[in-house]
Amino acid sequence: MIEAEGLTKFYGPRRAIRNVSFQIEKGEVVGFLGPNGAGKSTTIRILTCYMPPSEGTATVEGMHILEDSLRIRQKIGYLPENVPLYNDLTVNRFLRFAAGAKGVEAKRMRSELGRVISSCGLEKVENRIIGHLSKGFRQRVGLAQALLNNPSVLILDEPTIGLDPTQIVEIRRIIEELREDRTILLSSHILPEVAQICKRVIIINKGEIVATDSPANLTSQLQKTSTILVELSGPSAEFAQAIENLDGIQKVTVENNGTSRFQIETAPSVDLRPEIAALAVQKGCGLLELRAVQLSLEDIFMQLVTEESTQEGAE
Amino acid sequence: MKGFWPVFKKELYAMFMSPIFYAVAFFFLLLSGVFFYLILRQVIMFSYQVAQNPAIAGNVTMPELFMRSFLWNISVITLFVAPLLTMRLYAEERKSGTLELLYTYPVSDLATVAAKFSACMTTYTILIAATLPGVIMLISIADSSWKPILCGYAGLLLLGSAFISLGTFASTLTKNQIISAIITFGILLVLWFIGEAKEVVSPPAVASVFAYLSVSDHLKGLVKGLLDSRDIVFYLVFTAFFLFLTLRQMSSYRWRAMV
Repeated sequence: MIEAEGLTKFYGPRRAIRNVSFQIEKGEVVGFLGPNGAGKSTTIRILTCYMPPSEGTATVEGMHILEDSLRIRQKIGYLPENVPLYNDLTVNRFLRFAAGAKGVEAKRMRSELGRVISSCGLEKVENRIIGHLSKGFRQRVGLAQALLNNPSVLILDEPTIGLDPTQIVEIRRIIEELREDRTILLSSHILPEVAQICKRVIIINKGEIVATDSPANLTSQLQKTSTILVELSGPSAEFAQAIENLDGIQKVTVENNGTSRFQIETAPSVDLRPEIAALAVQKGCGLLELRAVQLSLEDIFMQLVTEESTQEGAE
Repeated sequence: MKGFWPVFKKELYAMFMSPIFYAVAFFFLLLSGVFFYLILRQVIMFSYQVAQNPAIAGNVTMPELFMRSFLWNISVITLFVAPLLTMRLYAEERKSGTLELLYTYPVSDLATVAAKFSACMTTYTILIAATLPGVIMLISIADSSWKPILCGYAGLLLLGSAFISLGTFASTLTKNQIISAIITFGILLVLWFIGEAKEVVSPPAVASVFAYLSVSDHLKGLVKGLLDSRDIVFYLVFTAFFLFLTLRQMSSYRWRAMV
């Protein structure tokens, strides 16, 4: 369990985060979203006891980040951004060091190393020097060191950044396997990734939390209109006229590109899909597609980030 | 001191995997071998003169005379070796970002500083110990006393610990290993020659402070086999002071959020 209460951090005169508060329950997988420079890494570094906050406080597994720093660090598996590793050590030697530093006893060392090496697929590169590994394998080594000593809290800062699509799928699969009984905080600016893995997201922008909820709830809260997409193959002039007269229609935009694509915005409370389908059939327009367009996490993110900027501009 | 051993072993491994260590060890052993030969040659020449006129030797035996010169020269080489051994300790961790990993492992800052210093001291002790075979052979042939030699080597280790503690601190000041080595070497040179300044500094109080701060003056007695507690305390306090500064500097990085 992670609890942050009013975290503020200054780098000299520059404020990186302001009054950041959130709570992550035990066993929850939470996405930490924000554009580059929003304050994700700063918040994470405070939670991992890398640096203290200028103001505010946080607890991890009920322990205070300043008073119980060493005990918290024992419970946390952390993958820092850009995966800093000791390039002159072999994978095995590095993991042995990390396990020792994390308090794995000598008698458990072999089995613990075996466990993380196999779960991260590092068997083939176990005896290779880290400096000679590809980015994908470095990322896996970083993940492997985070998993040592079976931490109950996993904090992963941009775990898939710079990886190719196959490697991203691999890392995502590993994270999926880890979610049982663990609290996971996954920072990213790649939205589809977070949408796939996390049940809840925390969105941070310019050092402040702008939203905390499940992607579904955020969608319903932020969706000011429902959008229906209709694609017709036949003549659509009559259809266009007819839908304008339907109750609840707010805006219609048409795009003609061989076929006619209608983007119909309605009030969020009404579902006009049956009426629109009936009209298209009645007018003989050749209905190719009809679907409701959901706000993606990307749209939510953009909306929140833009709203923030607009509000700031207005002030 | 939670986490001392893993960091110590990692540092020692990294040291022995580093080409810098082998380059330093090569030149250290080459120079100590050359000095061994040249000093031995001079002492043998001198012993011929002593055979004709025993009064010129005073109370000093030939093996003692040899050891004084030899250990003194080793201490001068240490002046160059210490910055090269310590320069990577923190500078490299900061440059590669691995300090973030180390800081988030359950290892106390004190254990990290102690482990890095001890690993460097172990390496230095191995280098110093590598000069022993020649010395043992010589002392066995000459049938001389072991005690002054042990005292001299203890002096070299104390001097080394002072130099390495200063180097460890200098390594926290920058991300650049070369700059770290230059800072260490520069300060060590000043502290090596500061004793000479006592001749030209006018207030006697300042002159005595300069003399006390001289890292070389405190070694002179030890290489002669004179075990003076003031010299031992000087080196121990010097080491503790710079290790303390290193610890403060590392805490300060956390607070100032410097990566």
